[in-house]
Amino acid sequence: MRALRNLLPPLVALIILLALWESLTRALHIKAFELPPPSAIFLAAVKKPGPFLQAMGNTAKGALMGFGASAIFGVLAAVILASSRTLERALSPYTVFLQTVPIVAIAPLLVLWFGPGLRAITVSAFIVSVFPVIANTLAGLRSVEPALRDLFRLYGAGRAATLLQLSLPSALPSIVTGLRVASGLSVIGTIVGEFVAGFSEDGAGLGILILSDYRQLNTDRLFVSVLLAAALGLILFAAVNLLGVLLLRRWHPSEINPTP
Amino acid sequence: MTAPPSPRPAPEGIRVQIQGVRRVFPGGTVAVDGVDLDLAPGSFVALLGPSGCGKSTLLRLVAGLDRPSEGAVLLDGAPVSLADRPPIAYVFQDPHLLPWRSVLDNAALPLQLAGVPRAARRDRAREALVQVGLADAADRYPAELSGGMKMRASLARALVTSPRLLLLDEPFAALDELTRNRLDDQLRALWSSIAVTVVFVTHSIVEAAYLAERAIVFTRRPARIVADHRLDLPRERVGSLRTEASFAAQTRVLFDALEQGDV
Repeated sequence: MRALRNLLPPLVALIILLALWESLTRALHIKAFELPPPSAIFLAAVKKPGPFLQAMGNTAKGALMGFGASAIFGVLAAVILASSRTLERALSPYTVFLQTVPIVAIAPLLVLWFGPGLRAITVSAFIVSVFPVIANTLAGLRSVEPALRDLFRLYGAGRAATLLQLSLPSALPSIVTGLRVASGLSVIGTIVGEFVAGFSEDGAGLGILILSDYRQLNTDRLFVSVLLAAALGLILFAAVNLLGVLLLRRWHPSEINPTP
Repeated sequence: MTAPPSPRPAPEGIRVQIQGVRRVFPGGTVAVDGVDLDLAPGSFVALLGPSGCGKSTLLRLVAGLDRPSEGAVLLDGAPVSLADRPPIAYVFQDPHLLPWRSVLDNAALPLQLAGVPRAARRDRAREALVQVGLADAADRYPAELSGGMKMRASLARALVTSPRLLLLDEPFAALDELTRNRLDDQLRALWSSIAVTVVFVTHSIVEAAYLAERAIVFTRRPARIVADHRLDLPRERVGSLRTEASFAAQTRVLFDALEQGDV
């Protein structure tokens, strides 16, 4: 009942928006290649959904691989950086580089290095999404309560035991936050990668579809691809969110009393 | 297959000797200044002083979590070291439980870090939970416990290694008075049943007088000893003692010493 009440306002807003959009594009005789009405976008999607779904699958593959690499290497890099003050001081400034480098600008380099296709696309998704994982994991590892560190020292815990039993679990909420941010970014990195790195081996992703429909002014089909790309990011985000809830529900205050 | 429990030697508390200990923090703040103490094995000693006076620093020095700038801390005659020393347990002001572990696995943590197999350490942890009256909550998580229950779990974690020296740093300060009194009683009962040296840091005169056999009163920072008072009270202590005249006389002595050190 409460879920319905929460869902109703955005749903009503969406219907009003779509109705306005539909009637205005018709009333003002806006050309379909400039802004197609929602009905045309819907028809474009259902007329021949196969290629769209296949492209979405290809993009999902690149995004998942890039995201997976970010999750693994991001956490690993943070653990290594956190293990030594010197190392952290020496390398941390350069992790920011990953955050500030314009992915569109270096995507051509990735194609030169990794060849066109899925590999360059995955690397593009990885570069865009790894920084938030590193930064959040590092913050989590640093925020372990000093008293708990003392406790582990007192009971003679070694480095490995302290990492596995104390630091990593303490950092888990921060890691999940980093993964949440990375999930959406990895889809963006994949689309950008596809723009530049062309076809992946198994065929075109949404980025390729967007480019070709743009050149042919198939604006209705363009909208379908954009919406599917957004949906993909949303699905990935929701999956990470669910994982976080499952991992943290017994102990983390943010998950024990979720805000309605 | 687990090894049969080795016959433990008759439990006995650790003798704690603090010799000319001084601790200066980087930056020049003197936290502890020239403290000499000899705590008998199996005694219950309260370290009483104003908040932030340096008595917690002294406790950390005894635990080996911090090193003195001058002087030495001896446990049973040997200099304290984290690497090799008799079993010590430390209870912090806050429970500091691991929120991702059940109460049982929290209590078992010290044994896990010492490499005790899972079944054996869980059995011992269950015993420790019985000792503190928390057996029913073994499978619950810290976020589901009240403040008093969390502190009991923290106490169980301290007891699980059968420590011969129990260091407590204002453990019940954040609890309401009723809960604190109940835990005080339980701690006294535990102490008389397992023969362990207990060093209890507090800023509460009543708590120090009620719990300890001997109260060391400290000045404001840096911590220096102003009084070393043997409490003239019966060994069996019950709640009603707190309202008796003999008790008031003891708290009066401690109060005067605190006043004297607060200049």
